[in-house]
Amino acid sequence: MSVLLAMTIGLLVAAGLYRLLGPGRLDALVGLILLGQAVNLGIFAAGRLHHNAPAIVTGNMGPTTDPLPQALVLTAIVIGFGIIAFILTFMLRSSGK
Amino acid sequence: MNPDFLILISLLAPFAGAIGCLAATTRPRLAAGIAVASVAISLAAGLGLVAATSGGAVHAVHAGGWSAPFGIVLTADLFSALMLAVCQLVTLAALATGLAVLPDLWRRRHFLPLVLTLSTATCGAFLTGDLFNLYVWFEVLLLSSFSLMAVLRGDEGRAGAWRYVLLNLVSSMLFLGSAGLIYAKTGSLNFADLHLRFAAAGDAYLLESSTVLLFGSFAIKSALLPFAFWLPASYPHLPPAIGALFAGLLTKVGLYALFRVFGMVFATDTFPHRELLLILAVVTMTGGVLGAVSQGGMRGILSFHIISQVGYMALALALFTPLALAAGIFYLVHHIVVKANLFLVAGLVERRFGSSELERTGGLLRSAPWMAALFAVPALSLAGIPPLSGFFAKFMLLRASLEVGDAWVTVAIVGVGLLTVFSMLKIWSAAFWGSTPEGGPALKQSGVAVAASVVLGVVTVGIGLAAGPVFALAETAATGLLEPEVYLDAVLGTGNPPVPTITTTP
Repeated sequence: MSVLLAMTIGLLVAAGLYRLLGPGRLDALVGLILLGQAVNLGIFAAGRLHHNAPAIVTGNMGPTTDPLPQALVLTAIVIGFGIIAFILTFMLRSSGK
Repeated sequence: MNPDFLILISLLAPFAGAIGCLAATTRPRLAAGIAVASVAISLAAGLGLVAATSGGAVHAVHAGGWSAPFGIVLTADLFSALMLAVCQLVTLAALATGLAVLPDLWRRRHFLPLVLTLSTATCGAFLTGDLFNLYVWFEVLLLSSFSLMAVLRGDEGRAGAWRYVLLNLVSSMLFLGSAGLIYAKTGSLNFADLHLRFAAAGDAYLLESSTVLLFGSFAIKSALLPFAFWLPASYPHLPPAIGALFAGLLTKVGLYALFRVFGMVFATDTFPHRELLLILAVVTMTGGVLGAVSQGGMRGILSFHIISQVGYMALALALFTPLALAAGIFYLVHHIVVKANLFLVAGLVERRFGSSELERTGGLLRSAPWMAALFAVPALSLAGIPPLSGFFAKFMLLRASLEVGDAWVTVAIVGVGLLTVFSMLKIWSAAFWGSTPEGGPALKQSGVAVAASVVLGVVTVGIGLAAGPVFALAETAATGLLEPEVYLDAVLGTGNPPVPTITTTP
């Protein structure tokens, strides 16, 4: 699972960088989106990967996942989404007039 | 007043002001009043924090009562408090000028709420006690500044704004990625906790490979040279009041982050990538000033000077002795005021001639000697002429470099200083000497804009005259970074109870 995740992150970074260095503004935007997803997956992996484990410790101490990276990813996704919306607006404005 | 309240007030006042301004968009006078009042309140709280921390005390607010490494913490030590107070002073001056001189276009486009969110974000970045919240405040800062920039007109301006947006977003990605990696390796994002864990980490080498991403991110934000090209592409196109705000605040927040994270959190006897920073700093100083010399407009020259001066401050961090760090903090305080003031005066010159391109200006010394005086104070200070604040900043840095004994660094400091004087003379001889060019709309000067510039000029002279006490403050702040025991106690509780490490199987 970790290997798969690592390879996905690597692929996303490579594709993101390639598009980021492309000629048009849309290329750059797509590149940024891909890079953002790679980073989000990276943070997600930072909490270690567990299968079927609760994020909140209850009475019985079984294996648990670290809830913090999930909270971080959530914040990062929201911020990233806002920024993409902003850039799209910016691009529309500067191409419109 | 209780310092914990001051921390909250300094952060919440501009935020509440932003909401108030949004609610009052149909009543511009009320909105302007709210904006000025909220920044003024935040400035007062910042000054209160400086007083409360001037002895080296550190105050921390634990949000929601969660204990430190787990909850969100806001901390104010002398370094944050100084930066906060100076930045709010500059914001106030830029805000007042903007209200007085910017055409209605700017007011309509949510100028006030955006300046206030920018101000909130700078305060947040100075007060935050963990890496992830620093990222969040950076994003707030960037989105506010993007939005202010998005109204730029003309192809060149838009291309500049695009470059600014793109490079800073890449920087954010680097920041976020490295925060994730650091969390994976240490299990913490809290500054105080990270400091302890970094000092104890056996595999510091692995950690250093993650901090290099952080280094790259801060280098883009603070405009160190190979990463600085967004700055001269975008700043010269901004109207002067906004330019003053950006010039005073944005790169300096990046520098603050460099000082805080590399000078304190990841610092032991040295810090990761110090040699790299030293080289980049010297390259930045030299390259920035050479760029300034080659420019033909006031704003262009001033924009390249920001880069050059950022190099000086990064150099202070890279030397990493108590004296050098104190000189760096003194330099930051002095530079924010001076740089913003220079952009404000460039705005005054522009209203006089309709342009600040040097070939279209001249003769100000005879026609408006008061404007020459207003320019002379920050310009001479930037160049480092004795009675003014810049001299003491450069002098202390020079002394620190001599103590360390790197001759080439000393040569760079002196050489770049000379070139700075040269490029300031270029502005002086083109705009203030010579004959007044024909034509050009001589707009009426706004009293508020002149007053804002005068206030910043007086502060510059004041820092120069009271260099002793101010430098003593900077020394206390530097000690707080180098020996963060008080900081650790304030954040983690006395005696720093060991944090239980959670071991997870991969």
